[in-house]
Amino acid sequence: MNIATTVLAILIYLIAAPLVGGLLAGVDRIISARMQGRYGPPLLQPFYDVLKLWQKENILVNRQQKVYVLSFFVFVLVAGGIMFGGGDLLLAVFALTLAGVFLVIAAYSTFSPYAHIGAEREMLQMVAYEPMVILTTVGMYMTTKSFSSFDIVQEESLLFLRLPFIFLGFLFILTIKFRKSPFDISMSHHAHQEIVRGLTTEFSGRDLALIEVAHWYENVFLLGLVYLFFAAVPAVAVTVTLATYFLEVFIDNNNARLKWQHALGSAWLVTLVLGVSNVILLAFR
Amino acid sequence: MSFLPKSPWLVHYDASSCNGCDIEVLACLTPIYDVERFGVLNIGNPKHADIFVVTGSVNEQNKTVVKNIYDQMAEPKVVVAVGACASSGGIFRECYNVSGGVDTVIPVDVYVPGCAARPEAIIDGVVQGLGVLEAKYQEKGKAAS
Ligand code: SF4
Repeated sequence: MNIATTVLAILIYLIAAPLVGGLLAGVDRIISARMQGRYGPPLLQPFYDVLKLWQKENILVNRQQKVYVLSFFVFVLVAGGIMFGGGDLLLAVFALTLAGVFLVIAAYSTFSPYAHIGAEREMLQMVAYEPMVILTTVGMYMTTKSFSSFDIVQEESLLFLRLPFIFLGFLFILTIKFRKSPFDISMSHHAHQEIVRGLTTEFSGRDLALIEVAHWYENVFLLGLVYLFFAAVPAVAVTVTLATYFLEVFIDNNNARLKWQHALGSAWLVTLVLGVSNVILLAFR
Repeated sequence: MSFLPKSPWLVHYDASSCNGCDIEVLACLTPIYDVERFGVLNIGNPKHADIFVVTGSVNEQNKTVVKNIYDQMAEPKVVVAVGACASSGGIFRECYNVSGGVDTVIPVDVYVPGCAARPEAIIDGVVQGLGVLEAKYQEKGKAAS
């Protein structure tokens, strides 16, 4: 991959990802409403929400919170840029983790009890999903002998056929990453959580808008990872990626929130059983 | 033009309502009325909200709470007093512990009449609040420029 195509790919990602992410969020809200027997908001509602937040007053609890929120935003973009630019998948995953850490620090910096509980739970969630994310990249490396997403996307055979259990495990932790029930314990899209809004309780105006847009970027990044499992046949890959998203919406609407102990325990159990067994199978092939 | 009227987020507080008006506020979210059609969300966090919906009269105990929620909301913001109690104190007006309607503590922009206020009336009140929200946004812009 030469420099020009890399830059082009990154530019397309930077511009298209929030559009795709926002539209998916709009579809999510409509489908959720229909599942609850309601009509639901317009498709473009997530964009209206973010634009409105941009026009609102930004109440700062302290000055450093802006730095942390901006760092979260930038590192989510960096992670996506690395992956969609054909770079090292492992590095991209680590950049995403760093972004998550910045969001936790941002919540901690506000000293609000609700944001504190949210931040603590977010860290537990990171502990819960991180091993499976790493195992996913490791599994992809073991099948293609490369961490570069450019090489992985060009793999001739379906990765899914050799990583079926890792794919299932990844689907499981995807619910945590998408902040969907039953794992939306640190911050919920829906109101009236027992910790108000968790992580984002103290953010308003532009800071909240940035967090929302970063979440769209993040979702596109994660769906990109799903795509890689089926990259050999693009038509199948796109279908499965979209189906995955709708599966998450379905799960979200059919589950109550779990306690963090269950989230952590089940995520690790799934990682251990599905993720590790798949890696062992690959090692002995 | 602002995007405020396209995405009004509410925070609802029950001052000392008899719960009649609260049920009607919640009824607005149910499939029959589904206010999310208009982008309305019951967000439950004053820092994220644009519209403060208060039900019930204000008493000496929760005066400070109402004031506090109002102060925590980001500008521009609008207060909608729902029901006879929130508007004037209603049947609780003469109670020894009641200081009257919500406007005795914070400035109110829209009064929704009724005991209990009907969901249609509440939605109408919120829609009128959107006009006030837009006007406040324009004013803020003028003040800044
Ligand atoms: S206006 Fe009527 S229904 Fe509403 S809180 Fe007062 S007494 Fe209850």
